[in-house]
Amino acid sequence: MSDEMDNGGGENRKKIAFVMRHAPHGSIYSYEGLETVLIVAAYEQDLSLIFAGDGVFALVAAQDTSAVGIKGFIKTYRVLDGYDVNKIYVDRESMEKRGLKPEDFIIPVEVKEAEEIAAIMEEQHATIPY
Amino acid sequence: MKFAVQVLEGPYNNQASDTAYNFIKAALERGHQIVRVFFYHNGVLNVNNLAEPPRDDRNVYARWTELGRDKGIDIVACIAASKRRGIKDGHIIEGTRISGLGQLTDMAIEADRLITFG
Amino acid sequence: MLHTVNKSPFSSDALNECARFASTGSDILLIEDGVYAAKAGSAYEPALKDVVKKCAVYALEADLKARGVTALVPGVKTVAYAGFVELVEKSKVHTWL
Repeated sequence: MSDEMDNGGGENRKKIAFVMRHAPHGSIYSYEGLETVLIVAAYEQDLSLIFAGDGVFALVAAQDTSAVGIKGFIKTYRVLDGYDVNKIYVDRESMEKRGLKPEDFIIPVEVKEAEEIAAIMEEQHATIPY
Repeated sequence: MKFAVQVLEGPYNNQASDTAYNFIKAALERGHQIVRVFFYHNGVLNVNNLAEPPRDDRNVYARWTELGRDKGIDIVACIAASKRRGIKDGHIIEGTRISGLGQLTDMAIEADRLITFG
Repeated sequence: MLHTVNKSPFSSDALNECARFASTGSDILLIEDGVYAAKAGSAYEPALKDVVKKCAVYALEADLKARGVTALVPGVKTVAYAGFVELVEKSKVHTWL
């Protein structure tokens, strides 16, 4: 199967978007989702990360999980840039509804309207929800 | 077409396994190829061979063995997610295997359609 | 694009967000507990009617039957699993969990 695939990036790179809609810690969706992003990033595809709904909470810089005894992973978002994953989109309505601003986030993000995110989703080869 | 299927929830607690199975059966009937089923999050519990569901209900594990062993579909549980949840080689159902997230990446790239059930 | 929703609109924001991010003219398929959104006469009916104006809304027959949902919001079409597969053949699919 692998000989049919293009794992080396280049012109045949596929557009893959992760749509993160779960808050961190309360369930593992956010954490294991980020683990997947890091693996897929190593395959040098054209990745986008879309944060919507409670998913926007995952990016809040001021997280400290020490008192709940769960491994925090907020700093891991900082390595994404090193993997050339820099299409990080946040849904404006989700962010504003939750009382958040771009300055609250651990990494720079592009705030997008729903219509823009819809268009980004439409152009993907695959979308993966976590 | 080539379909790839990701399942994110465990059996019985959620309907995801049932819907995924019914979808796959319908897709096979329409002549599609299932390039892989990938279990992630609690989805890895679908390959646990220690479970004994009551006989008056469906056996989710037997269904995956049917698709994996009898229909030849590649059915993979994520190794990292499996380790967290006590799923390991020697304790998984027939017709399935444990492997890495690269398998998810490969199928997302290769398949015409990736569909997730959770 | 096809969007699937498997959560009840009374317990999750998934369908609301799906509807917001679904492009006009795209397909939305309600499955599992998602089919409760299609029930006629519920408090969600006005919201679903707005979704029906923007997108083609389908509900999975097997899940409707399993849940005793018989009378549907006008404009919602039903599909069997084979119809689900046909919708996936037609376009890429995103799942709102």
